[in-house]
Amino acid sequence: MMAVPTILRERTPQLIVLAVILALNAIISPGFFSIEIQNGRLYGSLIDVLNRGAPVTLLAIGMTLVIATKGIDLSVGAVMAIVGAVAASLITSGYSLPATLAGALFVGLICGLWNGALVALLDIQPIIATLILMVAGRGIAQLITAGVILTFNDKPELIFVGSGSFLTLPMPVIIWIVIAILAILVVRRSALGLLIEAIGVNRRASTLSGVNSRVILLAVYAVSGLCAAVAGVIAAADIKGADANNAGLWLEMDAILAVVIGGTSLLGGRFSLVGSLMGAMIIQSLNTGILLAGFPPEFNLIIKAAIILIILVVQSPASQTAMANFRASRHAVAVKTESREHAAR
Amino acid sequence: MANAQPLLSVRGVSKAFLGVSALENVDFTLKAGEVHALLGENGAGKSTLIKIITGAYRRDEGEVLLEGTPIFPRDVVDAQKLGIGTVYQEVNLLTNLTVAENLFLGRQPKRFGLTDVREMNRRSRAILDTYGLGIDVTAPLANFSVAIQQVVAIARAVDISGKVLVLDEPTASLDAHEVEMLFSVVRQLRARGMGIIFISHFLDQVYQIADTITVLRNGRLIDTVPVAGLERLKLVSMMLGRQLESGIKRTIDPSTAKTEPLVSLRQLGKRGTVDPIDLDIRQGEVVGVAGLLGSGRTEMAQLVFGIERADSGTISVAGAPVGMTSPRKAIAEGFAFCPEDRKTDGIVGDLSVRENIIFALQAQRGWMRPLSRGEQEALADRYIAALDIRTSDREKPIKFLSGGNQQKVLLARWLATNPRFLILDEPTRGIDVGAHAEIIRLIIDLCEHGMALLVISSELGELVGYSSRIIVLRDRKMIDELTGDRISTDHIMKAIASHGATGEAA
Repeated sequence: MMAVPTILRERTPQLIVLAVILALNAIISPGFFSIEIQNGRLYGSLIDVLNRGAPVTLLAIGMTLVIATKGIDLSVGAVMAIVGAVAASLITSGYSLPATLAGALFVGLICGLWNGALVALLDIQPIIATLILMVAGRGIAQLITAGVILTFNDKPELIFVGSGSFLTLPMPVIIWIVIAILAILVVRRSALGLLIEAIGVNRRASTLSGVNSRVILLAVYAVSGLCAAVAGVIAAADIKGADANNAGLWLEMDAILAVVIGGTSLLGGRFSLVGSLMGAMIIQSLNTGILLAGFPPEFNLIIKAAIILIILVVQSPASQTAMANFRASRHAVAVKTESREHAAR
Repeated sequence: MANAQPLLSVRGVSKAFLGVSALENVDFTLKAGEVHALLGENGAGKSTLIKIITGAYRRDEGEVLLEGTPIFPRDVVDAQKLGIGTVYQEVNLLTNLTVAENLFLGRQPKRFGLTDVREMNRRSRAILDTYGLGIDVTAPLANFSVAIQQVVAIARAVDISGKVLVLDEPTASLDAHEVEMLFSVVRQLRARGMGIIFISHFLDQVYQIADTITVLRNGRLIDTVPVAGLERLKLVSMMLGRQLESGIKRTIDPSTAKTEPLVSLRQLGKRGTVDPIDLDIRQGEVVGVAGLLGSGRTEMAQLVFGIERADSGTISVAGAPVGMTSPRKAIAEGFAFCPEDRKTDGIVGDLSVRENIIFALQAQRGWMRPLSRGEQEALADRYIAALDIRTSDREKPIKFLSGGNQQKVLLARWLATNPRFLILDEPTRGIDVGAHAEIIRLIIDLCEHGMALLVISSELGELVGYSSRIIVLRDRKMIDELTGDRISTDHIMKAIASHGATGEAA
């Protein structure tokens, strides 16, 4: 038997859901699992899932840490729009790619620190604190782009971030995998994961035990802002322009869903980055599957919502208890019939 | 006063929560025109009794008679209609609404289906005039002091209910002048023939206002006695459940008294919380802190540990002054603090016993320098063995452990940081007898190994047993310091009970 790493074994339900959805996709579109190499780059529906899923995956990494502290970051979609606008305007004003990327990430960091300051220093509830930037963010992005879609068709170096490839893999896939591995290593190899979980479970007790709760809260929102910045650059590079109105629209919701499907509770505490990555992949497989199925586009959101509802109902505490009771009662019946048989003998 | 039937009478009432008895066969009688104080330490059953009277809980057994008729209030609103109103410590009115709106909320005078504001304001003025309160009833309630808000709350309760008024720690956040204003209102209501149940931790105030006192302890009725002629010492021993006795004392090495203090408090205080305190704590010494609930004992510990910031005085550690601005600062000085409320301030419930034990040490090292899994397990195992923490597994979430074992994990958390000064707030509250004895042994042991300890406890016998010195707090003031032969439950109770009206020098 093949040894399955613990990190995956703990996430069996998510693996099963992912497998079921991929299998459904394969039924709908027979060529789903086929992968081929053209011009030194991998192509295929699976690669497409990994590639298209990059923004949600990146957002989910930051969102997981925020949610683990019992918070939430509603602004990530808007931050994507801001950062996309910043990147587009920097590159079109003639800045080099490194300067553009540095500027974009810096703006994302500032956005995250803003949220973190509202939550950690002013003790504003996270949902409200981040709602401010969620609402204001698109306005800021529109100001930066002066209300138009700022395109950069003539800047191949930035476009490469969204649609280039390296070692046969699309750039977005490489970026999110590298960031995910980095995040998992930093969080689990340092004591950060423990401290984040402790703040989510009991912030007061953590502070009284000497945890610098404020700094850690600031840091997780900053990381969420950075992740949103990377996602924003990818999204802009992908369409070769910054669309202040639509870049990252509703993606905060997909990111939160990915975290929840991945098994991290909105009540904070224990979290799983691997689970959130799988959650993001589940959501992207759904999106791709619905597109491949060729339903009229007006059905897409309904179908997606219905499938997510099914996943969440199956994961819900109520149905978990019901399952446990069902098993227990079947066990009881079995025991009873057994003992009756014994008695008959 | 032997005339007629009592206004409210509670007979043989019992109440249990999940099989744990909170109130057992308690009688309580309130006469009209009487202020009746209900006293007892935390967990004595005061609030359970009040909640049964005001309809927030239903009694399991017994009966409650209002003017001779049995009543079964379904909820607080029902009790209000029957004539029983309550005012709590935290004013539960809407401070953004006007005074008049608060008085008439939910029962506004109507005219053509709309609130008749003029009529409402007129009636509000009339009501408040009877209390001698000539405030602008159209101003938001938030504009007024807590004391005035308190009177408005009382006025509302009396106007709705009018027979029985329950005052649940109404003076906890008021200053002396405001208390006097509140009391004059209470005296007026008494003169009008209302029955008033008064709950407070301030004994001076009880003596000032109450006619009768009922003491509860551990869910049982201890006694109901008239205030006139009741000795304070008798009252305190009723509340704490200890007869006057000369306690057993630990032999104290006199040499410790000569060493330099490790921690020195000089005029350390915070307005409205703790009056300035001077205190020295030396290595190898347990300083006990005695006082009733609300005496400022926990608040003092919070100042020392940087949870609350002092607004006067200084703390010095080994002679050097330290700005104690946060728990982190305190921990960096080698302080440790086991809080009174384990659930909200101590344990991190979802995390494992191992993680809870290494927690403070890890926080101190910072996130960049993690303890390896092996180090964590070794530390956890060492303390699980040393303190005999009963858990099936070091990876079990701490919330599934019993109170006593949770307390031991918290002690382990701090001992792992190797502190030089340990503050324990009610270390033995709510834990089983076995763990109880072990924790006391640990306190003595740590002290003998040279640690400095500050231990707050309501268990006076215990405190006398292990303390090198005991300081007594009352009404947010340090009123006495007991040393040598004076360390006894007897002296503690005398100190708590001693007359010390707020004006007198303590």
